Amino acid sequence: MPSLPKPKIPDAVVPPPLRKPAKPGSGGTPKGQAPTDLKTAPGRKTAGDKLLDVGKEAPIDALGWVDQRLAASGFLTGMLFRKVPKGTNWFYTLGSATLFAFIVQAVTGVFLAMYYTPSATQAYASIAHINEVPLGQLVHGMHKWGASVMVILVFLHMGRTFFFGAYKYPRELNWVIGVTLLILTMLMAFTGYLLPFDQRSFWASIVGININGTGPVVGPYLNDFLRAGPELGATTLARFYAIHMLLVPGAIIALIGAHMYLVVKLGTTAPPWVKAERPKVAAPVAPLDAGGNGNGRVNGHHADGAPVDGEGNGASSA
Amino acid sequence: MADDANKVNGADEAPIKERVKPDPPGYFEGESMTRRNVFTVASQAIGGIAAAGIVLPAVGFAVAPIFHRGKERWEAVGPVSDFVEDTYRQVVFTETEGIGDAGKTTAYVRRSSEDLGEEAGKIVAVSNRCAHLGCPVRFVEAAGNFICPCHGGVYDFQGKRIGGPPVRPLDQFQTRVRQGQVEVGPRYSVTNQMEPVRARDPGEFTGGIWEYLYPPRPSTFPPP
Repeated sequence: MPSLPKPKIPDAVVPPPLRKPAKPGSGGTPKGQAPTDLKTAPGRKTAGDKLLDVGKEAPIDALGWVDQRLAASGFLTGMLFRKVPKGTNWFYTLGSATLFAFIVQAVTGVFLAMYYTPSATQAYASIAHINEVPLGQLVHGMHKWGASVMVILVFLHMGRTFFFGAYKYPRELNWVIGVTLLILTMLMAFTGYLLPFDQRSFWASIVGININGTGPVVGPYLNDFLRAGPELGATTLARFYAIHMLLVPGAIIALIGAHMYLVVKLGTTAPPWVKAERPKVAAPVAPLDAGGNGNGRVNGHHADGAPVDGEGNGASSA
Repeated sequence: MADDANKVNGADEAPIKERVKPDPPGYFEGESMTRRNVFTVASQAIGGIAAAGIVLPAVGFAVAPIFHRGKERWEAVGPVSDFVEDTYRQVVFTETEGIGDAGKTTAYVRRSSEDLGEEAGKIVAVSNRCAHLGCPVRFVEAAGNFICPCHGGVYDFQGKRIGGPPVRPLDQFQTRVRQGQVEVGPRYSVTNQMEPVRARDPGEFTGGIWEYLYPPRPSTFPPP
Protein backbone atom coordinates (compact mmCIF):
# COMPACT_ATOMS: atom_id res chain seq x y z
CA MET A 1 0.00 0.00 0.00
CA PRO A 2 1.53 3.31 -1.01
CA SER A 3 2.23 5.47 1.93
CA LEU A 4 0.14 8.54 2.13
CA PRO A 5 1.78 11.85 2.74
CA LYS A 6 1.72 12.84 6.35
CA PRO A 7 -0.96 15.46 7.02
CA LYS A 8 0.32 18.80 8.05
CA ILE A 9 -0.51 19.62 11.61
CA PRO A 10 -1.61 23.20 12.06
CA ASP A 11 0.83 25.26 14.06
CA ALA A 12 -1.81 26.32 16.53
CA VAL A 13 -2.32 22.76 17.66
CA VAL A 14 1.33 22.08 18.39
CA PRO A 15 2.07 22.88 22.03
CA PRO A 16 4.91 25.26 22.58
CA PRO A 17 8.00 23.63 24.02
CA LEU A 18 8.12 23.74 27.78
CA ARG A 19 10.41 26.59 28.52
CA LYS A 20 12.66 25.98 31.42
CA PRO A 21 14.37 28.95 32.97
CA ALA A 22 18.03 29.28 32.12
CA LYS A 23 19.90 27.11 34.48
CA PRO A 24 22.51 28.95 36.42
CA GLY A 25 25.95 27.71 35.61
CA SER A 26 24.89 25.59 32.69
CA GLY A 27 26.06 27.98 30.03
CA GLY A 28 29.49 28.52 31.51
CA THR A 29 30.69 32.02 32.10
CA PRO A 30 28.95 34.59 29.94
CA LYS A 31 31.06 36.34 27.32
CA GLY A 32 32.89 39.41 28.41
CA GLN A 33 33.21 38.37 31.98
CA ALA A 34 36.24 37.04 33.70
CA PRO A 35 35.92 33.44 34.71
CA THR A 36 35.31 33.08 38.36
CA ASP A 37 37.89 30.38 38.72
CA LEU A 38 41.09 31.17 36.87
CA LYS A 39 42.41 27.66 37.07
CA THR A 40 39.76 26.28 34.76
CA ALA A 41 39.03 27.77 31.41
CA PRO A 42 35.41 28.62 30.71
CA GLY A 43 33.45 25.80 29.23
CA ARG A 44 35.96 23.20 30.28
CA LYS A 45 34.74 21.65 33.45
CA THR A 46 35.93 18.71 35.34
CA ALA A 47 33.57 15.89 36.15
CA GLY A 48 33.45 17.09 39.73
CA ASP A 49 32.36 20.56 38.69
CA LYS A 50 29.60 19.15 36.55
CA LEU A 51 28.39 17.05 39.41
CA LEU A 52 28.44 20.13 41.59
CA ASP A 53 26.40 22.03 39.02
CA VAL A 54 23.85 19.28 38.88
CA GLY A 55 23.65 19.39 42.64
CA LYS A 56 23.19 23.13 42.64
CA GLU A 57 20.41 22.95 40.11
CA ALA A 58 18.62 20.08 41.74
CA PRO A 59 16.59 22.14 44.21
CA ILE A 60 15.63 24.61 41.49
CA ASP A 61 14.66 21.78 39.16
CA ALA A 62 12.64 20.13 41.90
CA LEU A 63 10.89 23.36 42.75
CA GLY A 64 10.20 23.95 39.08
CA TRP A 65 8.81 20.45 38.73
CA VAL A 66 6.44 21.04 41.63
CA ASP A 67 5.47 24.51 40.48
CA GLN A 68 4.67 23.33 36.96
CA ARG A 69 2.06 21.09 38.55
CA LEU A 70 0.84 23.37 41.34
CA ALA A 71 1.13 26.75 39.63
CA ALA A 72 1.48 28.16 43.13
CA SER A 73 4.40 30.50 42.58
CA GLY A 74 2.19 33.31 41.36
CA PHE A 75 0.00 33.06 44.44
CA LEU A 76 2.97 32.77 46.77
CA THR A 77 4.85 35.73 45.32
CA GLY A 78 1.62 37.72 45.33
CA MET A 79 1.11 36.92 48.98
CA LEU A 80 4.68 37.25 50.22
CA PHE A 81 5.69 40.29 48.17
CA ARG A 82 2.44 42.22 48.36
CA LYS A 83 2.70 45.93 48.86
CA VAL A 84 1.86 47.48 52.18
CA PRO A 85 0.84 51.07 52.83
CA LYS A 86 3.18 53.75 54.05
CA GLY A 87 3.44 53.97 57.79
CA THR A 88 3.20 50.23 58.38
CA ASN A 89 4.87 49.67 61.72
CA TRP A 90 5.48 47.15 64.46
CA PHE A 91 1.85 47.19 65.56
CA TYR A 92 1.09 45.39 62.33
CA THR A 93 3.00 42.33 63.55
CA LEU A 94 0.49 41.57 66.32
CA GLY A 95 -1.61 39.40 64.03
CA SER A 96 1.42 37.36 62.97
CA ALA A 97 2.44 37.14 66.62
CA THR A 98 -0.98 35.74 67.48
CA LEU A 99 -0.67 33.21 64.67
CA PHE A 100 2.75 32.23 65.98
CA ALA A 101 1.32 31.82 69.47
CA PHE A 102 -1.38 29.56 68.05
CA ILE A 103 1.21 27.46 66.22
CA VAL A 104 3.18 27.09 69.46
CA GLN A 105 -0.01 25.95 71.21
CA ALA A 106 -0.84 23.51 68.43
CA VAL A 107 2.62 21.96 68.31
CA THR A 108 3.11 21.68 72.08
CA GLY A 109 -0.48 20.47 72.46
CA VAL A 110 0.06 17.61 70.02
CA PHE A 111 3.05 16.40 72.00
CA LEU A 112 1.33 16.86 75.37
CA ALA A 113 -1.49 14.66 74.04
CA MET A 114 1.06 11.84 73.68
CA TYR A 115 1.34 11.67 77.48
CA TYR A 116 -1.98 13.01 78.76
CA THR A 117 -4.86 10.73 79.84
CA PRO A 118 -8.29 12.38 79.78
CA SER A 119 -9.66 10.30 82.63
CA ALA A 120 -10.90 11.73 85.90
CA THR A 121 -8.91 9.24 87.91
CA GLN A 122 -5.71 9.38 85.83
CA ALA A 123 -5.51 12.92 84.46
CA TYR A 124 -3.75 14.42 87.48
CA ALA A 125 -1.21 11.60 87.60
CA SER A 126 -0.54 11.85 83.86
CA ILE A 127 0.19 15.58 84.21
CA ALA A 128 2.55 14.79 87.08
CA HIS A 129 4.23 12.25 84.81
CA ILE A 130 4.55 14.81 82.00
CA ASN A 131 6.47 17.05 84.36
CA GLU A 132 8.86 14.19 85.20
CA VAL A 133 9.67 13.27 81.59
CA PRO A 134 12.80 15.07 80.33
CA LEU A 135 11.76 18.41 78.79
CA GLY A 136 8.17 17.62 79.75
CA GLN A 137 8.01 20.50 82.17
CA LEU A 138 9.27 22.83 79.43
CA VAL A 139 6.71 21.73 76.84
CA HIS A 140 3.96 21.77 79.46
CA GLY A 141 5.05 25.25 80.54
CA MET A 142 5.16 26.50 76.95
CA HIS A 143 1.58 25.32 76.49
CA LYS A 144 0.38 26.73 79.82
CA TRP A 145 2.03 30.15 79.56
CA GLY A 146 1.60 30.28 75.81
CA ALA A 147 -2.15 30.12 76.37
CA SER A 148 -2.05 33.35 78.35
CA VAL A 149 0.29 34.91 75.79
CA MET A 150 -2.11 34.03 73.00
CA VAL A 151 -5.11 35.54 74.79
CA ILE A 152 -3.15 38.74 75.46
CA LEU A 153 -1.93 38.94 71.86
CA VAL A 154 -5.44 38.42 70.52
CA PHE A 155 -6.65 41.40 72.53
CA LEU A 156 -3.68 43.57 71.50
CA HIS A 157 -4.28 42.65 67.87
CA MET A 158 -7.95 43.49 68.29
CA GLY A 159 -7.03 46.82 69.89
CA ARG A 160 -4.71 47.68 67.02
CA THR A 161 -7.46 46.91 64.51
CA PHE A 162 -9.96 48.98 66.46
CA PHE A 163 -7.82 52.04 67.13
CA PHE A 164 -6.41 52.14 63.58
CA GLY A 165 -9.94 51.94 62.20
CA ALA A 166 -8.95 48.84 60.24
CA TYR A 167 -12.35 47.22 60.81
CA LYS A 168 -14.09 49.63 58.43
CA TYR A 169 -15.25 48.94 54.90
CA PRO A 170 -14.39 46.62 53.23
CA ARG A 171 -12.92 44.72 56.18
CA GLU A 172 -16.02 44.31 58.37
CA LEU A 173 -16.25 40.61 57.59
CA ASN A 174 -12.68 40.11 58.72
CA TRP A 175 -13.54 41.84 62.00
CA VAL A 176 -16.45 39.45 62.45
CA ILE A 177 -14.18 36.47 61.76
CA GLY A 178 -11.66 37.91 64.19
CA VAL A 179 -14.24 38.24 66.96
CA THR A 180 -15.28 34.64 66.33
CA LEU A 181 -11.64 33.65 66.66
CA LEU A 182 -11.47 35.58 69.94
CA ILE A 183 -14.46 33.66 71.28
CA LEU A 184 -12.94 30.36 70.15
CA THR A 185 -9.66 31.31 71.83
CA MET A 186 -11.52 31.97 75.08
CA LEU A 187 -13.26 28.61 74.69
CA MET A 188 -9.85 26.99 74.29
CA ALA A 189 -8.61 28.69 77.44
CA PHE A 190 -11.72 27.61 79.35
CA THR A 191 -11.72 23.97 78.26
CA GLY A 192 -7.96 23.66 78.67
CA TYR A 193 -8.10 24.89 82.25
CA LEU A 194 -9.93 21.79 83.48
CA LEU A 195 -7.53 19.27 81.95
CA PRO A 196 -4.89 19.14 84.75
CA PHE A 197 -7.80 18.15 87.02
CA ASP A 198 -6.30 19.57 90.19
CA GLN A 199 -8.25 21.48 92.84
CA ARG A 200 -7.81 24.82 91.13
CA SER A 201 -8.88 23.67 87.67
CA PHE A 202 -11.75 21.63 89.11
CA TRP A 203 -13.29 24.49 91.10
CA ALA A 204 -12.52 27.12 88.47
CA SER A 205 -14.34 25.02 85.90
CA ILE A 206 -17.31 24.59 88.23
CA VAL A 207 -17.49 28.35 88.74
CA GLY A 208 -17.09 28.95 85.00
CA ILE A 209 -19.81 26.47 84.09
CA ASN A 210 -22.14 28.00 86.70
CA ILE A 211 -21.54 31.48 85.31
CA ASN A 212 -22.49 30.05 81.92
CA GLY A 213 -25.65 28.64 83.48
CA THR A 214 -26.89 32.05 84.57
CA GLY A 215 -27.83 32.80 80.97
CA PRO A 216 -31.63 32.76 80.96
CA VAL A 217 -33.59 29.91 79.37
CA VAL A 218 -30.71 28.21 77.54
CA GLY A 219 -28.10 28.54 80.30
CA PRO A 220 -29.21 25.50 82.36
CA TYR A 221 -29.31 23.28 79.27
CA LEU A 222 -25.93 24.53 78.08
CA ASN A 223 -24.57 23.54 81.48
CA ASP A 224 -25.88 20.01 81.10
CA PHE A 225 -24.36 19.90 77.63
CA LEU A 226 -20.96 21.09 78.86
CA ARG A 227 -20.93 18.71 81.83
CA ALA A 228 -22.60 15.85 79.97
CA GLY A 229 -24.97 15.58 82.93
CA PRO A 230 -26.27 17.38 85.99
CA GLU A 231 -22.90 17.27 87.79
CA LEU A 232 -19.30 17.63 86.73
CA GLY A 233 -18.32 14.01 86.17
CA ALA A 234 -16.08 11.60 84.32
CA THR A 235 -17.57 12.44 80.94
CA THR A 236 -17.06 16.15 81.51
CA LEU A 237 -13.29 15.80 81.32
CA ALA A 238 -13.42 13.70 78.14
CA ARG A 239 -15.84 16.20 76.65
CA PHE A 240 -13.67 19.20 77.50
CA TYR A 241 -10.67 17.32 76.12
CA ALA A 242 -12.43 16.62 72.82
CA ILE A 243 -13.61 20.22 72.53
CA HIS A 244 -10.13 21.46 73.45
CA MET A 245 -8.09 19.42 71.02
CA LEU A 246 -10.42 18.48 68.17
CA LEU A 247 -13.47 20.67 67.79
CA VAL A 248 -12.22 24.17 68.49
CA PRO A 249 -8.73 23.84 66.95
CA GLY A 250 -10.30 22.68 63.70
CA ALA A 251 -12.61 25.66 63.68
CA ILE A 252 -9.75 28.01 64.58
CA ILE A 253 -7.54 26.71 61.77
CA ALA A 254 -10.34 27.09 59.23
CA LEU A 255 -11.17 30.60 60.40
CA ILE A 256 -7.49 31.65 60.50
CA GLY A 257 -7.33 30.57 56.86
CA ALA A 258 -10.32 32.75 56.00
CA HIS A 259 -8.92 35.60 58.12
CA MET A 260 -5.55 35.56 56.35
CA TYR A 261 -7.12 35.14 52.93
CA LEU A 262 -9.06 38.34 53.48
CA VAL A 263 -5.97 40.14 54.81
CA VAL A 264 -4.05 39.27 51.65
CA LYS A 265 -7.01 39.92 49.40
CA LEU A 266 -7.97 43.29 50.86
CA GLY A 267 -4.55 44.48 51.96
CA THR A 268 -3.79 46.30 55.16
CA THR A 269 -4.73 49.80 56.15
CA ALA A 270 -2.39 52.71 56.63
CA PRO A 271 -2.20 54.07 60.16
CA PRO A 272 -4.69 56.87 60.76
CA TRP A 273 -1.94 59.49 61.07
CA VAL A 274 -0.70 58.89 57.52
CA LYS A 275 -2.43 61.40 55.29
CA ALA A 276 -3.77 60.50 51.92
CA GLU A 277 -1.72 61.58 48.94
CA ARG A 278 -3.75 63.50 46.45
CA PRO A 279 -3.27 62.66 42.80
CA LYS A 280 -0.80 65.14 41.26
CA VAL A 281 -2.96 65.76 38.22
CA ALA A 282 -6.66 66.17 38.60
CA ALA A 283 -8.02 63.09 36.98
CA PRO A 284 -10.85 63.73 34.57
CA VAL A 285 -12.54 60.48 35.51
CA ALA A 286 -14.93 59.45 38.19
CA PRO A 287 -13.36 59.87 41.64
CA LEU A 288 -13.89 56.25 42.52
CA ASP A 289 -11.44 55.23 39.82
CA ALA A 290 -8.79 57.69 40.85
CA GLY A 291 -6.40 55.03 42.04
CA GLY A 292 -5.08 54.63 45.54
CA ASN A 293 -6.62 57.28 47.70
CA GLY A 294 -4.64 56.74 50.83
CA ASN A 295 -5.63 55.65 54.27
CA GLY A 296 -6.04 52.19 52.96
CA ARG A 297 -9.36 52.86 51.34
CA VAL A 298 -9.65 50.55 48.47
CA ASN A 299 -10.04 51.67 44.93
CA GLY A 300 -12.47 48.88 44.42
CA HIS A 301 -15.99 49.33 43.10
CA HIS A 302 -15.07 47.67 39.86
CA ALA A 303 -18.20 46.37 38.31
CA ASP A 304 -16.38 43.38 36.91
CA GLY A 305 -15.52 42.12 40.33
CA ALA A 306 -11.80 42.57 39.91
CA PRO A 307 -9.81 41.93 43.05
CA VAL A 308 -9.96 44.86 45.36
CA ASP A 309 -6.64 46.60 45.48
CA GLY A 310 -5.93 47.47 49.06
CA GLU A 311 -2.78 49.51 48.83
CA GLY A 312 -3.19 53.02 49.97
CA ASN A 313 -1.14 56.04 49.07
CA GLY A 314 -1.30 55.54 45.37
CA ALA A 315 0.86 52.47 45.27
CA SER A 316 0.00 50.56 42.17
CA SER A 317 -0.74 46.91 42.27
CA ALA A 318 1.86 44.54 40.99
CA MET B 1 -35.27 25.72 18.53
CA ALA B 2 -31.52 25.97 18.31
CA ASP B 3 -31.97 27.90 15.12
CA ASP B 4 -34.29 30.26 16.90
CA ALA B 5 -31.73 30.78 19.59
CA ASN B 6 -29.02 31.50 17.06
CA LYS B 7 -31.22 33.83 15.17
CA VAL B 8 -32.03 35.86 18.20
CA ASN B 9 -28.80 35.65 20.06
CA GLY B 10 -25.95 35.11 17.72
CA ALA B 11 -26.25 38.05 15.40
CA ASP B 12 -24.45 41.26 16.21
CA GLU B 13 -26.87 43.19 14.09
CA ALA B 14 -29.53 42.84 16.75
CA PRO B 15 -29.53 45.85 19.05
CA ILE B 16 -28.29 45.08 22.54
CA LYS B 17 -31.62 45.74 24.21
CA GLU B 18 -33.38 43.24 22.04
CA ARG B 19 -31.10 40.36 22.95
CA VAL B 20 -33.06 37.56 24.48
CA LYS B 21 -31.67 34.88 26.72
CA PRO B 22 -31.39 31.73 24.63
CA ASP B 23 -33.57 28.82 25.48
CA PRO B 24 -31.67 26.23 27.52
CA PRO B 25 -31.00 22.88 25.85
CA GLY B 26 -33.96 20.56 26.07
CA TYR B 27 -36.41 23.35 26.61
CA PHE B 28 -39.94 22.84 25.46
CA GLU B 29 -42.78 25.23 25.36
CA GLY B 30 -44.79 25.51 28.53
CA GLU B 31 -42.41 23.87 30.97
CA SER B 32 -42.26 25.48 34.39
CA MET B 33 -38.91 24.06 35.44
CA THR B 34 -35.98 23.19 33.25
CA ARG B 35 -34.36 19.79 33.35
CA ARG B 36 -31.21 21.47 34.64
CA ASN B 37 -33.11 23.07 37.52
CA VAL B 38 -34.72 19.76 38.43
CA PHE B 39 -31.35 18.07 38.67
CA THR B 40 -29.80 21.00 40.54
CA VAL B 41 -32.53 21.01 43.15
CA ALA B 42 -32.64 17.23 43.39
CA SER B 43 -28.90 16.80 43.83
CA GLN B 44 -28.77 19.54 46.44
CA ALA B 45 -31.70 18.05 48.30
CA ILE B 46 -30.15 14.57 48.27
CA GLY B 47 -26.84 16.02 49.39
CA GLY B 48 -28.59 17.87 52.19
CA ILE B 49 -30.40 14.76 53.34
CA ALA B 50 -27.14 12.80 53.31
CA ALA B 51 -25.38 15.52 55.31
CA ALA B 52 -28.25 15.67 57.81
CA GLY B 53 -28.11 11.90 58.14
CA ILE B 54 -24.54 12.22 59.35
CA VAL B 55 -24.69 15.44 61.34
CA LEU B 56 -27.99 15.03 63.19
CA PRO B 57 -27.17 11.73 64.94
CA ALA B 58 -23.75 13.09 65.92
CA VAL B 59 -25.17 16.29 67.35
CA GLY B 60 -27.96 14.38 69.07
CA PHE B 61 -25.37 12.07 70.59
CA ALA B 62 -23.47 15.08 71.94
CA VAL B 63 -26.51 16.78 73.48
CA ALA B 64 -28.19 13.58 74.72
CA PRO B 65 -27.02 14.05 78.35
CA ILE B 66 -29.36 17.04 78.60
CA PHE B 67 -32.32 14.68 78.40
CA HIS B 68 -30.90 11.76 80.34
CA ARG B 69 -31.57 11.30 84.03
CA GLY B 70 -29.27 8.96 85.89
CA LYS B 71 -30.24 6.45 88.54
CA GLU B 72 -31.40 7.76 91.88
CA ARG B 73 -28.63 7.32 94.40
CA TRP B 74 -29.04 6.97 98.17
CA GLU B 75 -26.20 6.68 100.63
CA ALA B 76 -26.27 5.99 104.38
CA VAL B 77 -24.45 8.64 106.39
CA GLY B 78 -24.97 7.45 109.97
CA PRO B 79 -27.55 6.42 112.56
CA VAL B 80 -30.39 8.77 113.43
CA SER B 81 -29.01 9.19 116.92
CA ASP B 82 -25.95 10.97 115.46
CA PHE B 83 -28.00 14.00 114.51
CA VAL B 84 -29.51 16.70 116.72
CA GLU B 85 -31.83 19.65 116.22
CA ASP B 86 -29.73 22.61 117.20
CA THR B 87 -26.56 22.06 115.18
CA TYR B 88 -25.28 20.39 112.04
CA ARG B 89 -23.15 17.36 111.54
CA GLN B 90 -20.98 17.31 108.44
CA VAL B 91 -21.23 14.23 106.23
CA VAL B 92 -19.37 13.39 103.03
CA PHE B 93 -20.88 11.12 100.45
CA THR B 94 -20.57 10.33 96.75
CA GLU B 95 -22.82 12.35 94.48
CA THR B 96 -21.17 11.47 91.16
CA GLU B 97 -19.78 8.01 90.61
CA GLY B 98 -16.72 7.09 88.62
CA ILE B 99 -14.44 10.04 89.31
CA GLY B 100 -13.15 9.13 92.75
CA ASP B 101 -12.88 11.83 95.37
CA ALA B 102 -13.86 14.53 92.87
CA GLY B 103 -17.36 13.03 92.81
CA LYS B 104 -17.86 13.44 96.55
CA THR B 105 -19.86 16.23 98.07
CA THR B 106 -20.53 17.53 101.55
CA ALA B 107 -23.85 17.98 103.32
CA TYR B 108 -24.68 19.44 106.71
CA VAL B 109 -27.30 17.24 108.39
CA ARG B 110 -29.55 17.84 111.42
CA ARG B 111 -33.01 16.91 112.69
CA SER B 112 -35.83 19.25 111.77
CA SER B 113 -36.80 21.80 114.40
CA GLU B 114 -40.36 22.85 115.26
CA ASP B 115 -38.95 26.07 116.69
CA LEU B 116 -37.97 27.07 113.12
CA GLY B 117 -41.45 26.19 111.84
CA GLU B 118 -40.35 22.91 110.27
CA GLU B 119 -42.28 19.66 110.22
CA ALA B 120 -41.21 17.54 113.16
CA GLY B 121 -39.42 14.22 112.83
CA LYS B 122 -37.61 14.93 109.57
CA ILE B 123 -33.95 14.98 108.69
CA VAL B 124 -32.60 18.12 107.00
CA ALA B 125 -29.53 17.81 104.76
CA VAL B 126 -28.16 21.15 103.50
CA SER B 127 -25.72 21.09 100.59
CA ASN B 128 -22.45 22.94 101.03
CA ARG B 129 -22.59 24.17 97.44
CA CYS B 130 -22.87 27.94 97.46
CA ALA B 131 -25.89 29.20 95.54
CA HIS B 132 -23.75 31.95 94.01
CA LEU B 133 -21.21 30.10 91.85
CA GLY B 134 -20.78 26.71 93.50
CA CYS B 135 -17.90 27.19 95.91
CA PRO B 136 -17.98 25.03 99.06
CA VAL B 137 -19.55 26.86 102.02
CA ARG B 138 -18.70 26.06 105.64
CA PHE B 139 -20.99 26.01 108.65
CA VAL B 140 -19.52 28.30 111.30
CA GLU B 141 -20.69 27.00 114.64
CA ALA B 142 -20.06 30.20 116.59
CA ALA B 143 -22.09 32.35 114.22
CA GLY B 144 -24.65 29.70 113.40
CA ASN B 145 -24.26 30.70 109.75
CA PHE B 146 -23.00 29.18 106.51
CA ILE B 147 -20.20 31.29 105.03
CA CYS B 148 -18.73 31.04 101.55
CA PRO B 149 -14.98 31.68 101.19
CA CYS B 150 -15.08 32.80 97.57
CA HIS B 151 -17.25 35.91 97.36
CA GLY B 152 -18.61 36.34 100.88
CA GLY B 153 -22.02 34.74 100.64
CA VAL B 154 -23.68 34.27 104.06
CA TYR B 155 -26.65 32.00 104.90
CA ASP B 156 -28.54 31.61 108.16
CA PHE B 157 -28.99 28.39 110.16
CA GLN B 158 -31.67 27.10 107.79
CA GLY B 159 -29.64 27.97 104.69
CA LYS B 160 -31.52 31.14 103.76
CA ARG B 161 -29.41 33.84 102.19
CA ILE B 162 -28.73 36.73 104.55
CA GLY B 163 -25.84 38.44 102.78
CA GLY B 164 -23.51 38.52 99.81
CA PRO B 165 -24.10 37.65 96.16
CA PRO B 166 -26.04 34.33 96.37
CA VAL B 167 -29.37 34.35 94.57
CA ARG B 168 -31.30 31.79 96.62
CA PRO B 169 -31.00 29.60 99.74
CA LEU B 170 -28.60 26.69 99.88
CA ASP B 171 -29.64 23.49 98.09
CA GLN B 172 -30.80 20.50 100.09
CA PHE B 173 -30.74 16.73 99.68
CA GLN B 174 -33.67 14.39 100.04
CA THR B 175 -33.40 12.28 103.18
CA ARG B 176 -34.99 9.12 104.51
CA VAL B 177 -34.41 6.71 107.37
CA ARG B 178 -33.79 3.05 106.57
CA GLN B 179 -33.11 0.58 109.38
CA GLY B 180 -32.13 3.35 111.75
CA GLN B 181 -29.69 4.80 109.24
CA VAL B 182 -30.08 8.27 107.75
CA GLU B 183 -29.76 8.16 103.98
CA VAL B 184 -29.23 11.14 101.70
CA GLY B 185 -30.50 11.11 98.14
CA PRO B 186 -30.96 13.42 95.17
CA ARG B 187 -30.30 17.12 95.37
CA TYR B 188 -33.07 19.72 95.13
CA SER B 189 -33.20 23.49 95.33
CA VAL B 190 -35.53 25.68 97.38
CA THR B 191 -37.15 29.03 96.84
CA ASN B 192 -36.72 31.95 99.21
CA GLN B 193 -39.86 30.65 101.00
CA MET B 194 -38.10 27.27 101.40
CA GLU B 195 -40.45 25.54 98.97
CA PRO B 196 -38.68 22.65 97.26
CA VAL B 197 -38.16 22.83 93.50
CA ARG B 198 -36.07 20.80 91.08
CA ALA B 199 -32.33 21.21 91.46
CA ARG B 200 -30.91 24.32 89.83
CA ASP B 201 -27.30 25.13 89.19
CA PRO B 202 -25.71 27.81 91.35
CA GLY B 203 -26.35 31.34 90.18
CA GLU B 204 -29.87 30.58 89.00
CA PHE B 205 -32.82 32.17 90.80
CA THR B 206 -35.76 30.06 91.95
CA GLY B 207 -39.45 30.76 92.44
CA GLY B 208 -41.90 32.97 90.57
CA ILE B 209 -40.98 33.96 87.04
CA TRP B 210 -37.49 32.55 87.52
CA GLU B 211 -38.98 29.07 87.24
CA TYR B 212 -39.49 29.91 83.56
CA LEU B 213 -36.31 31.89 82.95
CA TYR B 214 -34.24 29.10 84.51
CA PRO B 215 -36.35 26.12 83.51
CA PRO B 216 -35.94 22.83 85.36
CA ARG B 217 -33.57 20.48 83.60
CA PRO B 218 -34.72 16.98 82.60
CA SER B 219 -31.52 15.57 84.09
CA THR B 220 -32.58 16.49 87.64
CA PHE B 221 -34.94 14.65 89.99
CA PRO B 222 -38.39 15.91 91.01
CA PRO B 223 -38.39 17.60 94.42
CA PRO B 224 -39.87 15.74 97.41
